Amino acid sequence: MSEFKKRSIVNNLLRLAPLIILYISVLNEIDLNYLKIISLNFPFILIYYWSLRKSESLGYGYIFVAGLINDVVTGLPIGISSFNYLLICGFAAYLRTITLRPNLIKDWVFFLFTILVVNSSTYSVLNIFFSVDLDYNNLFINIFFTFIFYIIFANIFLIYQNKFFKESND
Amino acid sequence: MEPSRDDFIIAIRSAFLKKGTKQRFSLLGLLFFSILLIVLGKFNFTAINYLKITINEVVYRISFVASLPEKYIGYSYRAVEEHIRFYNDYNLKKEELEKLKSKKYETIFLEAENKRLKKVLNDINYSSELVIAKVLIDKQSPFLRSIIINKGSKNNINKGMAVLSDSYLLGKVVEVNYTTSRVLLLSDLNSKIPVTIEPGSIQSILSGDGENSGVLQYIKDNFPIADESIVYTSGTGGLLKSGIPIGKIKQNENQNNVNFFVDFSQLRYVKVSFYIEEKN
Repeated sequence: MSEFKKRSIVNNLLRLAPLIILYISVLNEIDLNYLKIISLNFPFILIYYWSLRKSESLGYGYIFVAGLINDVVTGLPIGISSFNYLLICGFAAYLRTITLRPNLIKDWVFFLFTILVVNSSTYSVLNIFFSVDLDYNNLFINIFFTFIFYIIFANIFLIYQNKFFKESND
Repeated sequence: MEPSRDDFIIAIRSAFLKKGTKQRFSLLGLLFFSILLIVLGKFNFTAINYLKITINEVVYRISFVASLPEKYIGYSYRAVEEHIRFYNDYNLKKEELEKLKSKKYETIFLEAENKRLKKVLNDINYSSELVIAKVLIDKQSPFLRSIIINKGSKNNINKGMAVLSDSYLLGKVVEVNYTTSRVLLLSDLNSKIPVTIEPGSIQSILSGDGENSGVLQYIKDNFPIADESIVYTSGTGGLLKSGIPIGKIKQNENQNNVNFFVDFSQLRYVKVSFYIEEKN
């Protein structure tokens, strides 16, 4: 009985892993900026993938709160990251609705479109609404590496999903 | 068969309006709520400011703990790197120390002379008090170059105060919470500091370039600025004391870049400076 209970706790934790990683990444701001040339937006990758493939693993409410935390950590005006993250969820939900047979490469291309729209909206809001100057090159590098790294992380997430979310997939 | 406009609208409706399985909140509702927060934040709505301060206080502490493992990896990497170039550094430092020793007595004399002359001119002298603060978060996002320190309004920190690392300027306080504050680094695009370039006493505005150096702005082309000139705060505007060293000029083809004395990736403790005018 206790063995069964222990196993169910571990299972629940494994299922909550995407959400836990999301919160760690916004609190810790995982962006690889210290590598100087590489900068990426890991929460974008994580939210897009899991909203697309397993939408129930990340609740919209939790994503909204993660956005608020990210705004505070990065010093952005409050609400911007929440809006971005939820917009990504919206794009992912749209793609999920129109797709019959999921394909990683198609998801990847649509991800590029999504982050271009999301970053453009951030750039516009910060520049026009809050008069904050942004370095266009930095933003471009960030978009580029976020796009490139998506396929790597998507494959890792896919392996994880197949291993720990298998029974609910069947 | 080509997908019709109706299909597109149905898919959009389904994505944004339909509450997904196991979802407590509607996506569209939360999107509107985010926009509302952005708009109210723009107009400095009091409730939003309180919400922000509350989240700041909690998140900064949690973030400090959450980033400890990553910080530890970073420090270990740098420690190994420093060990590798230890011997060369030691010899360079030895040479530098000898030079500085000879300069020290000259500086003491100049300082005394400067004080005496200021008294004659009836100029303002400043005395400073320093508050040592620990850096809680030093993540450099592509959007903003800033750090969070563990001192706030509780410790009499105010907006606009100078923040130093050793005796070099690294930025100024832009946001104050009860126990924490945000410091905008000199390297941020939005940082604008009035500066004096020596030799020549040329006045200019120093802006960050969003990376790790600065750019001199609003300066006429015919001013002769030598390479390796030193940039100090000018004190114009009254927020910062004059004469705080900032960096060295590095001339490029089109512009004068400033290499800061402070290494922004190595910040652990900083000094927030209060300047008090002394009566002559």
